[in-house]
Amino acid sequence: MQNSSISTGRKLYIRLMKGLCCLSAAITCGVALFLIGYVLVKGVPNVTWELVSTKLSYLDGTIGILPDILNTVYIIIATLLIVLPLGVGAAIYLTEYARNKRLVAVIEYAAETLSGIPSIIFGLVGMLLFANTFGSCLLAGALTLVIMNLPTVMRTAQESLKTVPQSYREGAFGLGAGKWRVVRTVVLPGCVDGVVTGCILSAGRILGESAALLFTAGVAHTLNDFFSGLGSPGATLTVALYLYAREPRPGAAEASFAIAAILMALTLVINLAAALAGRYFKKRSAL
Amino acid sequence: MNSIITAKDLCLWYGSAQALKNIDIDIPEQSITAFIGPSGCGKSTFLKTLNRMNDLVPGVKITGRVRYGKQDVYAPGLDVNLLRKEIGMVFQKPNPFPMSIYDNVAYGPRTHGVKGKAKLDDIVERSLRDAAIWDEVKDRLKKNALGLSGGQQQRLCIARALAVGPKVLLMDEPTSALDPISTSKIEELAMGLKEKYTIIIVTHNMQQAVRISDYTAFFLLGELIEFGGTERLFSQPERRETEDYITGRFG
Repeated sequence: MQNSSISTGRKLYIRLMKGLCCLSAAITCGVALFLIGYVLVKGVPNVTWELVSTKLSYLDGTIGILPDILNTVYIIIATLLIVLPLGVGAAIYLTEYARNKRLVAVIEYAAETLSGIPSIIFGLVGMLLFANTFGSCLLAGALTLVIMNLPTVMRTAQESLKTVPQSYREGAFGLGAGKWRVVRTVVLPGCVDGVVTGCILSAGRILGESAALLFTAGVAHTLNDFFSGLGSPGATLTVALYLYAREPRPGAAEASFAIAAILMALTLVINLAAALAGRYFKKRSAL
Repeated sequence: MNSIITAKDLCLWYGSAQALKNIDIDIPEQSITAFIGPSGCGKSTFLKTLNRMNDLVPGVKITGRVRYGKQDVYAPGLDVNLLRKEIGMVFQKPNPFPMSIYDNVAYGPRTHGVKGKAKLDDIVERSLRDAAIWDEVKDRLKKNALGLSGGQQQRLCIARALAVGPKVLLMDEPTSALDPISTSKIEELAMGLKEKYTIIIVTHNMQQAVRISDYTAFFLLGELIEFGGTERLFSQPERRETEDYITGRFG
């Protein structure tokens, strides 16, 4: 009888599997690091004050991305301004008012499906619906992004509405408050965290979107203020990246890597904001 | 005795399960009435039919009649919000809103259109005094109510209910989540409040019913078995089931 229980073959097998797992982890991590490193190394040296503070000039042959940065900001603001009331309103309807469970299920399923559709399809629909009616412009792009982000905002708001304790609602009803007053004073303040999280997630998604904007928001690099920007075509950072990457012009490739580095940094900032907001609201609700 | 709330032949179903069977009761004004009975006997359900809190539960069907004064509580077109202003409620678990102590108490009056700081200040102070918590919170009215202890939170909820000027206060096991000291504070408070209000209290605790109530109703399996003066009901129950329950043979 042997009491060194595990056979050599089995030991080898265990070691092999452990090794494979480590390898997978290393590859995953390595790919991410390589990608970030590559973009930063190629991009950061090209991020100059001149690049981010001027606009493209075909006369001087210089590339500036200030219009693209502003367009990105405009489109994020416009989209959020429209998608927030819609998404939060829908969430309130579904959790507080809707009595028909089947209808709720259908709407939730539709939202779920909507969030899984490839973004180029939103672009196509946005082109037919919005760009064909009032031309390629930031507003057409923003409206397209509204459709795209509506499910995210609605679901996050809905999830946080569900966390508002039923006892708060009962307490308010018990004092003779009407439905809308209960929603406005007790339920809505309780879901601010979900709304903020939904906003940040959407902002991240808008920042990274290009396919849905190519056909709808246009490709111009002109400098505009917010309101004239909404009415005129304009490229966002991701669209500009795509455009410059295809251009054989000197400096274009460098510009697209610079944009890539900026986008990466912005994504990092947005993710950090989401994490910080989450932590802040957790602390506040634990009070 | 003048009755303030009357139920006649009241039945209630949750879906297809009948939770209340032909309840007939006259609840006397300016007194404390206790509802006792084992878990699931329908006492809380019945309490909630009195200010229509059961409306919030989907799938509830009610037949029969509840009257508050001369008003049919289930009449179509009745303003439920006004009804609940008249018949306030205190819940099993203290449920202050996550706002300041002041805003909690002012919530009801504001809901019913009271404006003006002086007026609200006055209502808030009076309600907190009536709920015997004024001295403990007068220096921290702007602090979040969730920072209070459980017993204080429950007295705050009573103050919040009093602030809208109800005639009747429904209390659904208001002390079951509290420690003995807080419990006795709430009991004392209830006994003081019956000067001005009619109190109906659901309780799991028979000693509590004996200590504070003037009348007791014993429920079993959705039926009102016996109703009468508390002393009489506990000393000489008329029904066998009541005697078995109060002597602890089941429960």
